[in-house]
Amino acid sequence: MTIADTQPHMQSTKEIGTAWDRMVAKRRLYTVLGLVILIAAFVSSVRFADESNAGHFFDRLPHLFDFLSWLIPKEWNDVWRALFDIASVNDKGGEEFNFDKGRVYVWGAFYIPEYFELMIVTINVALISTIIAFVFAVPLSFFAARNLTNSWSLRIVTKRLMEFLRAFPEIVIAGLFSAILSIGPVAAIIAITLHTIGALGKLFYEVAENIDMKPHEGMKAVGANWWERIRFAALPQVLPNFTSYALLRLEINVRASTIIGAVGGGGIGEELKLSISRGFGAKTVALVLLLFVTIVAVDQFSAWLRRRLVGEHAFLLQH
Amino acid sequence: MTVIDANRMHEIETRYPEYFHRSFRQRFGGLMILIATLLYSLYAVWFFDLPKLFTEAHWERVGIYLSQWVSYDVQPEFRIEGDGSIDIRYPRFSPLGDNPHPDWLVNNPDGSITVSISGTSRNVTVSKSETIVTAHGISVPVDVSSGAPKVVGPVPGWMTVYDDNVLADLGFAGNVSISVDRVKIRKRFIGWANFIFDTQSSFFDKPVGEVVSLIVSGPRIKPDQSNLSLAFDDIWNNSEWQHGDVWTKLFQTIVMAFLGTLLGSLTAFPLAFLAARNITPNRLLNQILKRFFDFLRSVDMLIWALFLTRAFGPGPLAGSGAIFLTETGTLGKLYSEGLENIDNKPREGIKSTGAQTVLVHRYGIMPQIVPIFVSQTLYQWESNVRGATIIGAVGAGGIGLKLWEAMRTNANWENVAYMVILILIVVFIFDTASNALRHRLMGTKAH
Repeated sequence: MTIADTQPHMQSTKEIGTAWDRMVAKRRLYTVLGLVILIAAFVSSVRFADESNAGHFFDRLPHLFDFLSWLIPKEWNDVWRALFDIASVNDKGGEEFNFDKGRVYVWGAFYIPEYFELMIVTINVALISTIIAFVFAVPLSFFAARNLTNSWSLRIVTKRLMEFLRAFPEIVIAGLFSAILSIGPVAAIIAITLHTIGALGKLFYEVAENIDMKPHEGMKAVGANWWERIRFAALPQVLPNFTSYALLRLEINVRASTIIGAVGGGGIGEELKLSISRGFGAKTVALVLLLFVTIVAVDQFSAWLRRRLVGEHAFLLQH
Repeated sequence: MTVIDANRMHEIETRYPEYFHRSFRQRFGGLMILIATLLYSLYAVWFFDLPKLFTEAHWERVGIYLSQWVSYDVQPEFRIEGDGSIDIRYPRFSPLGDNPHPDWLVNNPDGSITVSISGTSRNVTVSKSETIVTAHGISVPVDVSSGAPKVVGPVPGWMTVYDDNVLADLGFAGNVSISVDRVKIRKRFIGWANFIFDTQSSFFDKPVGEVVSLIVSGPRIKPDQSNLSLAFDDIWNNSEWQHGDVWTKLFQTIVMAFLGTLLGSLTAFPLAFLAARNITPNRLLNQILKRFFDFLRSVDMLIWALFLTRAFGPGPLAGSGAIFLTETGTLGKLYSEGLENIDNKPREGIKSTGAQTVLVHRYGIMPQIVPIFVSQTLYQWESNVRGATIIGAVGAGGIGLKLWEAMRTNANWENVAYMVILILIVVFIFDTASNALRHRLMGTKAH
């Protein structure tokens, strides 16, 4: 079939040529228009951001590294001391160098350095939130999947619920629960869990909608009920993918728990925020180092586990 | 019913040994993981001391805070003066304004005052010698003529007697606190008070028709300003709801996400070509760039935001910068992975014509990846709008700080609700718009 067959009014090559030229011209016009709009939006956004900021970009640009240079510790050994809570020679009673004050004694003289303890709290927040969210997201995702749940209303309700949980600002949930439960990591756990239910639920039901339906039909043919069909036909197919997504989410949640910690949820985020805003050089460097190493380690571990579970797969980063 | 005999069963078993003789790991692996997860959950319960936390939590606050999201209250105070008259006072920032004459408050001919808390079934009558609280079908007089308030007759369950005051809890509708010389009433209304005009505005407490006719044809309230612009000013600068500030901050969040994502994608785009191992065959450079992307992502938006607020001062510039740095990492990774997955044939075809490298990239690679890149960038923009509320709370501009401040006072939950609703609307609009755009770019199957 040629173009002349489908578009009988275009008979000659010349006509096709002009039509092509016209299409290209139209496309170019759209591209140029799009670019103009984008540039206009960009320039006005930059001006808007610059005007409503406390310090202006070009005024402050030469001072960009002032703060960083202030953060560089006078003595690099202080970084290790801060990390492992070893008393510093620079300690003159202030908070900047009181490294040994934060030790958490476990057994006699054996202690866990303060920042490691805080990091453990943060990781636990991420881990337990991911586990709880997984438990809730799995059934929800089956209710939302078109091929597994017939009821239109149930599907819509679950999908909207998951969207709502995803979009609801986490700091509001954290703030509400820290007013109820008193300040601490549990408010962060609840906030991250609710968000993760929404995020994982979406990924999960997309996986569930793409499963091979033949086992499901087989189960139906032998008279299995809904629960048995899910258990024996759907779950074995989706579990590797579900676990893989949960691991991916764990990585994101380790970061999220440091962020929520910084706005009052405890853990290492709060310490980091305090340390940066007070300009404690050695402490900040130690904290960033610990955070960086931990996040890279969690990333690498979960990437390795994911590869073992589902093989080489490109996964989208999902927030 | 078909019955399988022993021989047939044995035959099946030998034919599919992998299903009948499974290794220990295959049989119990799932169970072990389940047990480990349960054990870990128990550990977490102990670690965060959940039982203690949940028993000590102020659960009664849940109802209070949630009801404050959708309601407001008026707290008149009735002072019984020495000469027997009753003086009514409203708090300084009462939602009823400076000149309140609520119709739920009736001055009786005998000098007493009746306040309806909820219809006619729940009300309070204040007189100089006693206060009568009517609720749940009974009327309970509280005698205030002696040194301490005294409930006449049996004390109902919804009333609590303290040394110098009596508290009557009337549920959601409000409560009454009675002491010898003053009665405090909290009356709760559904809705958001003064959402449009605050008590300072000249349009306050006027019915809609009157406001419209004032704006359209009324005489100027302020001689140097038209009524329309005055009305707009009053709404925009509403002191309780701060519409202007809230909307500007919300817009800041969107702009921050836009700037950060756009700059991040512009930076990540050329770097991704250098990081993709099929396009730039220098393994060392690939690895350095990929680790650099990892670094940008793992140091995280929050830390960048904290650093940049120190450098530029609080505001959207710091927020945009933080998003820019993280986005360079995220998009760099996504772009370079996208480039590594392209079909090589168009490239080879164009190379075989003797085209320059730039042209090979332009015609061999770009048409394949531009839809994917635009789609990923749109997705990141959308998710950054959602995520940027949080870095706002540490001072990086946007609506986050306003949200955090409104929550910290524990009194402005209705303002929190307002901002949350605005954020949800914006997120849903972005969600829908970016989904629609992505579908158009990628055909029917997005991602």
